[in-house]
Amino acid sequence: MSRIENKFTALKKQGRKALIPFVTAGDPDPKVTVPLMHALVAAGADVLELGVPFSDPMADGPVIQRASERALKHHVGLRDVLQMVAEFRSKDTATPVVLMGYGNPIEAMGWKNFAQRCAEVGVDGVLTVDFPPEESHDAFEHLQAHGIAPIFLIAPTTNEARIALVAKLARGYVYYVSLKGVTGAGNLDLSDIAQKIPQLRKHISIPIGVGFGIRDAETARAVSALCDGVVVGSRIVQEIENSKENKMLENVSTLVKGLRQAIDSGN
Amino acid sequence: MTYNYPDNSGHFGPYGGIFMAETLIPAVEELRQQYLHFRDDPAFKAELAYELKHYVGRPSPIYHAKNWSDRLGGAQIYLKREDLNHTGAHKINNAMGQALLARRMGKKRVIAETGAGMHGVASATVAARFGMECIVYMGAEDIQRQSPNVYRMKLLGATVVPVESGSKTLKDACNEAIRDWVTNVETTFYIFGTAAGPHPYPMMVRDFQCVIGNEAKIQMPEMIGRQPDAVIACVGGGSNAIGLFHPYIEEKSVRIIGVEAGGHGLAGGQHAAPLTSNSKVGVLHGNRVYLMQDDNGQIAETHSISAGLDYPGVGPEHCWLKDTGRAEYVAITDDEALKAFHDLCRFEGIIPALESSHALAHAAKIAPTMGRDQVLLVNLSGRGDKDINTVARLSGITL
Repeated sequence: MSRIENKFTALKKQGRKALIPFVTAGDPDPKVTVPLMHALVAAGADVLELGVPFSDPMADGPVIQRASERALKHHVGLRDVLQMVAEFRSKDTATPVVLMGYGNPIEAMGWKNFAQRCAEVGVDGVLTVDFPPEESHDAFEHLQAHGIAPIFLIAPTTNEARIALVAKLARGYVYYVSLKGVTGAGNLDLSDIAQKIPQLRKHISIPIGVGFGIRDAETARAVSALCDGVVVGSRIVQEIENSKENKMLENVSTLVKGLRQAIDSGN
Repeated sequence: MTYNYPDNSGHFGPYGGIFMAETLIPAVEELRQQYLHFRDDPAFKAELAYELKHYVGRPSPIYHAKNWSDRLGGAQIYLKREDLNHTGAHKINNAMGQALLARRMGKKRVIAETGAGMHGVASATVAARFGMECIVYMGAEDIQRQSPNVYRMKLLGATVVPVESGSKTLKDACNEAIRDWVTNVETTFYIFGTAAGPHPYPMMVRDFQCVIGNEAKIQMPEMIGRQPDAVIACVGGGSNAIGLFHPYIEEKSVRIIGVEAGGHGLAGGQHAAPLTSNSKVGVLHGNRVYLMQDDNGQIAETHSISAGLDYPGVGPEHCWLKDTGRAEYVAITDDEALKAFHDLCRFEGIIPALESSHALAHAAKIAPTMGRDQVLLVNLSGRGDKDINTVARLSGITL
């Protein structure tokens, strides 16, 4: 069983939901990323989503755009991100790590080479925001060959036929985008999520995580009751942005512990 | 075998496709279906033809630039006068087509990205014409260098949103327009300005711009009794070029030459010429194309004197025409384009856009190597009134 399956299976036995924080690799500085990943796990994270910086993050709101810009000031590229995962894995062999980003940095490296490196360093899943299933055949052949889970987004606008298409290809978990908009937007609609998740369950047997726009513990709790895991990105990245360097790990840990408690209390 | 691209999934050979976030996939699919339906609808075609004739002022004439040709001492240069269209560029051909489609799809809010501002002005114009709300995203740097167009858009009732992220130019304006679209997808029609982006845009924009080449194919035989020896157009995203080129693809005796922005020269990397500089293939803004980027796959910052060509990618059909060898692509530097700009002003009494000046400069470069009985047809894609501040500043003049 993969690390992702192990994790969700264990959570299910405990009757708990997954907390999946997102941070951008190299933000605000490459040297803090691995300690930050460990701190997230210590504070209660179940799966880590690690953002690969990209010059043109079209699906992201201003908070994660700025995180990408800070990382790119240090020239953090895909090779560096993979190296960070390798370093993380030397101390943590259990927590799943999912790389999230845009297709072009991977295209530049080559999917075959990328998938092989992912397997070597211990990446568990890859989410490429701008590669829909129709354009992903070659990419996912290489990922599957190395046991890396292709993670797909499903949006409020996704129709039944496309849900079925994603269900066929997706591994690990499916990421439901809880709003029409960019990451970190403020128009999340709980009733829409409550309505959509059962529709997804008709086709999708793997766990369903929900993200985009989850900005506080109460929303995290309410959303987690409807699905298998919550993804929190912009709110954490904002904490990184607003923290003084020597307080950052502490502030992020406090925030993530609060999310953890809220999620566990609601189920 | 006849040329028939893109395929059903929007690919021109290995280029094109649909690379978008899931939220927008249903929107581009709806757009594809609606476009394919209305493209062949007689009422739609009749309305578009009426608007192009009576509102845009088509057909645009072809003009023999005889003075300039004589000075160059070789091939005769003819100009397809897209600068004489309403709003002063070819952009209105496409904006009009997409606006009519938006109306039929019931969308009352339109958004657009713009570089030089000509597509923004065209979008603001058709929005005013049809009573639609219009938001135009424009890089903060482009707002500086194209300030007359910014005011024109405001006069026309559009909201111009400055984009401060990244290089603050056209690619960043595209990013921001896509972010708006993903947020307002149900109410909003994205009037995309060039023959790039996710399918069906490269095909649809091309089809709307093909009026340029279709007219030229009728006009040239009327003027000189035959087709030209070569057709030449500037290529940023490449919409004016594909509009002229596409109808000539099956005319094998006609050379097709696309002119990219060579900026300060290809050697130093300060340019916007992904085809000529042999950039790697990559994915940006919904399609797979030749793309200026670094080793990490980060999109490169580009340079061109002309905001409308200042873009790291290029439309997928141009990538395919390059690979198949049907079209040639070359680059012209800022300085060469500026000289052509001044020459056309002085010798023909026409102020060309800096974008179009790249195509003019290449014609001026090759004309002297050709016989006087040979003919070059250059797409004069826009007028240069918007560029007078830029040109004056480079000449050390404050207006």
